[in-house]
Amino acid sequence: MTPAMAEQFVNLQRLAPEIALCIFGIVIMLADPFMPREKRRALGWIAFIGALVALVGVHMTAHSPGLAYSGLINNDAFSVLFHLIIISAAALVILGSFDYLDREGIQRGEYYALILFATAGMGILAGANELLTAFVGLEMSSISTYVLVGFRRRAPVSNEASVKYFLLGSFATAFFLYGIAMVYGATGTTRIDEIQAALQNSLSQEGHLPALSILALGLIFVGLGFKVVVAPFQIYAPDVYEGAPTPVTALLASAPKAATFALMIRIYSVSFASSSDTWFWVIWISAVLTMFIGNLAALVQTNVKRMLAYSSIAHAGYILVAFAASTEFGVAAVLFYLAAYVAMKVGAFLVLAHLGQQDERRLSIQDYAGLGIKQPALAACFSLFLLSLLGLPATGGFVGKFFAFQGALDVHSSHGAWFVWLVVLAAINSVIGAYYYLRVIIAMYFWSPNQDYVPTRVAPAIAVALVLCAVLTIYLGILPGTLHSAALTAAHTLALH
Amino acid sequence: MNLPFILFFICALLAVLGAVLLIIAREPIHAALSLILVMIALAVLYLLLGAEFIAAVQILVYAGAIMVLFVTVIMVLNAEAEERTDFSKIAKWVGLPLGFVLLFAIAHWLYRAHVGPVVASGAGIPAHALSTWDLSTELFRHYLFPFEATSFLILIAVLGAMILARRDE
Repeated sequence: MTPAMAEQFVNLQRLAPEIALCIFGIVIMLADPFMPREKRRALGWIAFIGALVALVGVHMTAHSPGLAYSGLINNDAFSVLFHLIIISAAALVILGSFDYLDREGIQRGEYYALILFATAGMGILAGANELLTAFVGLEMSSISTYVLVGFRRRAPVSNEASVKYFLLGSFATAFFLYGIAMVYGATGTTRIDEIQAALQNSLSQEGHLPALSILALGLIFVGLGFKVVVAPFQIYAPDVYEGAPTPVTALLASAPKAATFALMIRIYSVSFASSSDTWFWVIWISAVLTMFIGNLAALVQTNVKRMLAYSSIAHAGYILVAFAASTEFGVAAVLFYLAAYVAMKVGAFLVLAHLGQQDERRLSIQDYAGLGIKQPALAACFSLFLLSLLGLPATGGFVGKFFAFQGALDVHSSHGAWFVWLVVLAAINSVIGAYYYLRVIIAMYFWSPNQDYVPTRVAPAIAVALVLCAVLTIYLGILPGTLHSAALTAAHTLALH
Repeated sequence: MNLPFILFFICALLAVLGAVLLIIAREPIHAALSLILVMIALAVLYLLLGAEFIAAVQILVYAGAIMVLFVTVIMVLNAEAEERTDFSKIAKWVGLPLGFVLLFAIAHWLYRAHVGPVVASGAGIPAHALSTWDLSTELFRHYLFPFEATSFLILIAVLGAMILARRDE
């Protein structure tokens, strides 16, 4: 094997998950026209196998850490762990989609192909070591999700959500792109590691950071803040999450958020580490706003799907608390939180995907009155996810919050006191959140059963997905050590200050 | 006051003017024509920066192919003058001032970054003109990965357009 061939082989190996996802996506696209309508469900299984193959690919990349494609892709432990989270989320969503699509009469191969392509894009986003590469990954995931949100074409609310998401999303992406241009103007490079060196250099030579780099930080925060849904860019989220087909909402609330946080950590904590005093305030204010807006608005919702949308805004705020710390422990906390969050959020939305029934008309809290008697297993599952979102001990959500707050409290910088305040506000928010999570549980167990609600049998595929989410939520709550040490190792490879 | 300096101001102003017209024009076709003005002005700006190839591509692709597509779509759809609904109060009283704040913030930072004098003096232009050779070497060697990934991006966009345009079965 010539050296050039060997290099190409290593490149491909370090990109194995994305390649697997894209190949399976294309296979589904090509097979779709030849499948009779009633057999299209098989395409879903192909997509699920594709996601599993991609997970094997992640295993391969884990054994070959390093840069790929002339340094544009950084396949470090950090990227590997994020790939694991993103692809697992996609696999669970695919598993939870089969019966939903059958019920809504939209069983099509394109749905699964788009999920796989979106996941590949998110993988690129998590592993990108260069901003233009990250941009392409971001767009791959965004454009796929714009279409997925509008997949229930007969429902006006789904179309509205799709148009809203597309227009605002494109606008936000433009800000991100403008930010990249400013970074290039300030430093002459778009590579994460080189930006860091260039900024350090100008800091030591001129005593201050280039003016353009500060502008770039702001513009990039607009673009990425939109994707992770933090205030003040959260306005679109409730409408989009409510209008999207529920399995797509499960995907939207989990995987893109994780992938974008990966990029934000690389940009803010690595590239712009030297200007952390500047961006700390932006993140601090945004975190506080995000938590309060998410939790207070969730209090008054009667539609459970919309309530969970607001709850996911609030959770982005908790993640920002750990993110603001920007220490190794803080980054590990973000990673752990995202893993726990994906398990409980995908689980909760998949429960709704089943309970919503035809045309998603059963989403009000009254519909779930007495569910604990009618469908004890499903109600128990839903309660577990809600309690984990609330942050009850022995669930993944609690441990995630614990690490996140611990990470913020451990910071010994000049902002130390402000971190204490941030954690105090986050704790107050957790208490506010308890009200609306517990209200659903109380409705399920203590309200008199809703007579005109006829429960339907939980299909095997969705049951398997729910059990996996539940097991993961409990596992992370009781034995968090394995993932947390892996997260710490991953954070260590970023070489933070 | 040399020729490139004067040319820069004329084209920069034309680009801004075209962009503003693009937004306020009520007839879609007028908006499309304003966009051509922006594209051509930008092409001249690229030329002033010593990027001949990018300038040519800007004309060919944007002012040429993409604009033909826009105009064709407008004709096929037979789009008429847009009907303006009342702006939301928030957009008018909060959004507009904030937009100006953003504009001045960006202008302020750009001014502080001393970009202007560098561009005007021509110091930003590389010593030897950036040839097509250099560009393709960068694109197909160094930036091969995003280039290839873009083809997937386009595939996704085509797939999405197909789904949204198809009639229900």
